[in-house]
Amino acid sequence: MLQFKIAATHIRSRLRQTIVSTLGVALGVGFSIAMAALMEGSQRDFVDTLINAIPHVEIQDEKRVATVQPASRVYDATAIHGLRPLEDLRGIRNPTEALVSLREWVPGNMAQSLSGQAVLRYSGQDLGVTIVGVVPDRQLQVSQIAEDMRQGRFLDLASTANGLVIGDTAANRLGAALGDMITLTSAAGLSKRFKVVGLFHTGVTASDEGLAYAPLKATQILLEKPNIINRITIRLATIDDANDVAARAERQLGYKAVSWIEANEGLMEAFTIRNIIMYTVVGAILLVAGFGIFNIISTIVHEKARDIAILKSLGFRETDMQMIFAIEGLVIGLFGAVAGSALGYALSRYMATIEFEYSVGAEVTQMPIFISPIHYLIAAALALLSSGIAGYLPARRAAQLNPVDIIRGAT
Amino acid sequence: MLGSSPDAPLLETRNLTRILPGVVPVTLVEDVNLQIGRSEFVAITGPSGSGKSSLLYLLGLLDRPTRGEVLINGHPTHARSRVELADLRLEQIGFVFQFHFLLPEFTALENVMVPMQKLARLSKRDQKQRATDLLANFGLGDLLNRRPAQLSGGQRQRVAVARALANAPPLILADEPTGSLDSHATEQVFQTLKDIVSTKDTTIISVTHDMDIATRMHRRIHLVDGRIDYDRSQTDPVPA
Ligand SMILES: Nc1ncnc2c1ncn2[C@@H]1O[C@H](COP(=O)(O)OP(=O)(O)O)[C@@H](O)[C@H]1O
Ligand SMILES: [Mg+2]
Repeated sequence: MLQFKIAATHIRSRLRQTIVSTLGVALGVGFSIAMAALMEGSQRDFVDTLINAIPHVEIQDEKRVATVQPASRVYDATAIHGLRPLEDLRGIRNPTEALVSLREWVPGNMAQSLSGQAVLRYSGQDLGVTIVGVVPDRQLQVSQIAEDMRQGRFLDLASTANGLVIGDTAANRLGAALGDMITLTSAAGLSKRFKVVGLFHTGVTASDEGLAYAPLKATQILLEKPNIINRITIRLATIDDANDVAARAERQLGYKAVSWIEANEGLMEAFTIRNIIMYTVVGAILLVAGFGIFNIISTIVHEKARDIAILKSLGFRETDMQMIFAIEGLVIGLFGAVAGSALGYALSRYMATIEFEYSVGAEVTQMPIFISPIHYLIAAALALLSSGIAGYLPARRAAQLNPVDIIRGAT
Repeated sequence: MLGSSPDAPLLETRNLTRILPGVVPVTLVEDVNLQIGRSEFVAITGPSGSGKSSLLYLLGLLDRPTRGEVLINGHPTHARSRVELADLRLEQIGFVFQFHFLLPEFTALENVMVPMQKLARLSKRDQKQRATDLLANFGLGDLLNRRPAQLSGGQRQRVAVARALANAPPLILADEPTGSLDSHATEQVFQTLKDIVSTKDTTIISVTHDMDIATRMHRRIHLVDGRIDYDRSQTDPVPA
C-alpha cells in the first residue's frame, strides 16, 4: 500500500534514529519480560513451597457466625437476657457422613484429624505439644510429612496402636529416642503411654518442637472425644480451585472452610501489590520508550513537511497523512516488541542458569524463572499502545498542517 | 465526483476574496470574478506580490476564501468538507509548482503513479503503463527509474506535469512552472503544456513571469494588488 511505502521512505531517511528508538522499545520490552519472569517465578516458587506445607482447604470445627441460641429460635425477640447459652460442643459431628458426602465431589484427597493439647513426659522432663490424631495413610495423602521423616516411618503409626511421631527438637529436649515409651497427659488429666515410632524435621521450629502425631483412635481416647474430629484437611489436584471448593464445602457442611488463599490473604495481597508495582515500572519504561518514538516521528514530520504538502495538494486526505505517521510509530513499536520479546526470552533463559548459594555449604539454587506468554503479550501490547500514541500525536499534527503555508515557505 | 453540466463553466469564481486575519489584515485576493471553460490555456500575470499564487491556491481548493466562492462545473465548493475537497483535488485538479515538489525518495515513474494509486481506479499494471506513457510523451522514457535528484530542472518539471496529469483531471494549475528553468527547458515545458491543452481536453491555468510565454497563451488575466486588472483573450496568440 502507498501509505506503507511512503512510511518506509521516511523511516529509511532517518534510519539511525529509528533504529535507536526501536532499540529503546526493545530494551523496555525485554527487561519488562525478564523482570516479569523473575517476579512470577519467585512468586510461584514461594507459593509452591507454601502450598506443599499447608492444606489447600481446611475445614474447621467452627462456624463463621455464632450458633443461634434455642431461645432466639423460639421467641421473636430483639434481645434475650438472663439465660445461660447452650454450650456449643466443639468438633465436627458425624465425621464419617461428612467425609462421604465430600468425597463425592471434591477433586482431591482429604484426611480427618483431631487435635488438642497434651503434655509429653519422659524421664522427668515435660513438654507441652499439640497432639494431632490422624489416619496415617490418609494423612500422607494431604501432607508432606513423609518427606520430613528423619527416623522411623510415619506409616508405623498405623501398625502401632499407641504409636507416636514427634519432631526431632522435641525428642532432643526430652532426651527420648526412637522406640522409647513416652507418657502423654491430656488437659483433663488423663494419661496414656505412647511408643515413639518416628522422628521428623520440617525446619519450622514450632512444629519440630510442639507437634506430635498419634493414631486418631488413641487420640480420641486420650482427649476423651470418641468419634469426634475437628479438622478435615483437603489437598487438591489444582490449587486454583481452592476458593470454590472451600465455599461449597462450607455451604454443604455449615462449618468454616478456609482455602489456602484465604488463609494467606495478607501474603496474596502483598503479591498483588508487588505485581502492581512491577507493571507500573513496565509502564514507565515503555512510556520513556514512547517519548523516543514521539521524538523521532516529530522530527520526521518536521522534515517531511514538504511531502505532506505535496500529498495534500495531490488529493490525499488528512486520515491518509495520519495513517502514514501512525504506521511509522507502530512499525517502531512492532519491531521493538518483537526484538524485545527475543531479548526478554534470552534474558530469562540466561537468568535461569545463574547459580548461587544462600550460604556456604547450602544447596546450590537457581533463580526462579517462570516464562509465560502472558508477559510477552502484555509487554508487546503496552509497547504497541505507547508507540501508537507516540506516533498518533505527531501524525495528527502532520495531518493538520496547512499545505499552503508549506508551499509558500518552500518557494 | 462533480458531474459536468453542459452549460456550466469548468471553473467559476464569484467575488472571490481572501484576507489573512491578523492585527493588520492582509488582503491577498479581492473580488475576483472569473469564468474559465474547458481546454483553455490561461496565463495569470502580475507584479510580484500581486496575489497570483494566492489566487491559484484558492482555485485549487488548497485554501479557503474569506468571501465569495469557487464553483467547479457549476457546483459550489465552499460548504464542502476537507475530505470532499481532497477528493475533488484528486480527481479534478492537477498542480505544478515552481519548484518541482516531487517525492525525493520515489523514482520518476513512482511519483507519477502516486495519484493513481490513491485514486485506485486502474489496476497496478495499467497505472504503470499509463505513467510510462505519460513520461515517454514528455521525452522522459529513458529516465523512468531516476530519482528527482538525478534529473535536470526541466526534466523534473516535466515529471511534475506528468504527475499532474496522472488522473486525467480537467484542470491543471501551475505556479510559475518555468520560473526556475533556463530558456531551453522553459521552451520544452511550455510545449508540453501546450500539447496537453490541444490534445487532452484539459484546461491549464498557469502563473508566469515570462512575458514571452504569457503572450503565447490563449488568455491572460493580469492581477494588481489582488484584483483583476484586465482579463483578455488572446485569440490570435503569437504562433509557437
Ligand atoms: N502568510 C502571509 N503573511 C503575510 N503576508 C503574506 C502571507 N502570504 C502572502 N502574503 C503576502 O500576500 C501577497 C500576495 O502573495 P502571493 O499570492 O504569493 O503573490 P504572488 O504569487 O503574486 O507573488 C504578497 O504581498 C505576500 O507578501
Ligand atoms: Mg507566487
